[in-house]
Amino acid sequence: MSSEAPVVRAVNLVKIYQTGGLPVPAVRGVDLTVEAGEFVAIMGPSGSGKSTLVHMLGGLDTRTSGEIWLDGRRADTLSESGWAVLRREKIGFVFQFFNLVANMTVADNVELPALLGGVSPRQARERREYLLGELGLADRAGASPAQLSGGEQQRVALARALANQPRLLLADEPTGNLDSRNTRDVLRLLGQVHGQGQTIVLVTHDARVASMADRVVSLLDGQIVDDGAIPKSRRRPLGAAGDVVELRS
Amino acid sequence: MRQSLLALLAKEPAHGYELKQALETIFGGAYPSPNIGQIYVTLGRLEKDGYVRSVDVEQANRPNKKVYYITATGREALETWVEEPTEGPRVRDEFFMKLVLAPMTGLSDRMALVNRQRRHYLSLMRDLRELAERTDPANRVALLLIEGAMLHLQADLDWLERCQEDLP
Ligand SMILES: Nc1ncnc2c1ncn2[C@@H]1O[C@H](COP(=O)(O)OP(=O)(O)O)[C@@H](O)[C@H]1O
Ligand SMILES: [Mg+2]
Repeated sequence: MSSEAPVVRAVNLVKIYQTGGLPVPAVRGVDLTVEAGEFVAIMGPSGSGKSTLVHMLGGLDTRTSGEIWLDGRRADTLSESGWAVLRREKIGFVFQFFNLVANMTVADNVELPALLGGVSPRQARERREYLLGELGLADRAGASPAQLSGGEQQRVALARALANQPRLLLADEPTGNLDSRNTRDVLRLLGQVHGQGQTIVLVTHDARVASMADRVVSLLDGQIVDDGAIPKSRRRPLGAAGDVVELRS
Repeated sequence: MRQSLLALLAKEPAHGYELKQALETIFGGAYPSPNIGQIYVTLGRLEKDGYVRSVDVEQANRPNKKVYYITATGREALETWVEEPTEGPRVRDEFFMKLVLAPMTGLSDRMALVNRQRRHYLSLMRDLRELAERTDPANRVALLLIEGAMLHLQADLDWLERCQEDLP
């Protein structure tokens, strides 16, 4: 492991929502470190605090207590505008509910973060063409988000989050609205960018997506109950002599 | 395997090795490649039950080979098999037995069991994903078999989550 600072370090992170006087503890003392190049899947039942956790890591929700360090810098103490700058420079975020800019085309939605990040219009276009192409959306570039299905919007949101080649990709259920074929496109793209060194923290229920990760973190009631590598299978590799189906003679 | 061999023989007579090859071609890497011994054992049983018969066919410069063909009884058995509904999903689950019983004996706590099992399922899922990537995209049968296994695994994982939520 290299000596560079981890991309993410959360220390005793806590989030308590206050709704009508009643405190709702959503995240209860999470410690999490993600090294550069790691792919971490976050799993857990509905309401276990997954979205709250990644929103805090992306500065989209304030923490109640604890520390967040991104790329070696303290981030939880940043102002809203400080977070905005940090996000623009370092974080690609895929929301559970897309958040595309309604009055911009798909192409512009994807190119915008790259342009804001300072790359040339040509590079932004090339990156956009690559990402939309990989996700099977090349022919939707001129559409507006409202003309897209939920699954298409979700893939555009992923392309947008990756446009900038961010230091950290945070994604909340990025395949929640996809059928099996579109999920396969997303998996292939995630595999490609992870292979190129992209650091990924991703919330998912989908075991196919989670199985792409190096590590799985399980949340229950706002706490981490498991954090570790997905083991190499102990069985002989599936293949010519696969054993997906039980043999009965 | 009895029924798949019967079905192949209903199409045309064949010898053991041809049956093995046909199963491999149709189901690809997703199906456990039966060894030739298993095939002959199964054919032997089918023959004893009167579902198939065999004839020795002479070959030039080689020992005779046994060619199997289906009988009328075999065809009836095959029809019954095709027409009756297939068993639904299992209800007895070995992991669930461990999950319920092991804590009572102090052998392991549930959280640890669930966590280990989740990682194991994800590791199996990775194997299936890689198998799907290696499989010829034109082999729909093999790919559907793999997808079916993936969906079962997803259901197992979802159930694991329910167990973790609801068992103290
Ligand atoms: N804005 C909010 N206000 C009040 N409570 C919230 C809010 N967002 C989430 N919660 C509560 O926090 C807990 C965790 O929610 P969430 O992080 O969305 O879980 P998950 O993404 O794992 O389903 C839940 O009990 C949820 O009801
Ligand atoms: Mg959520």
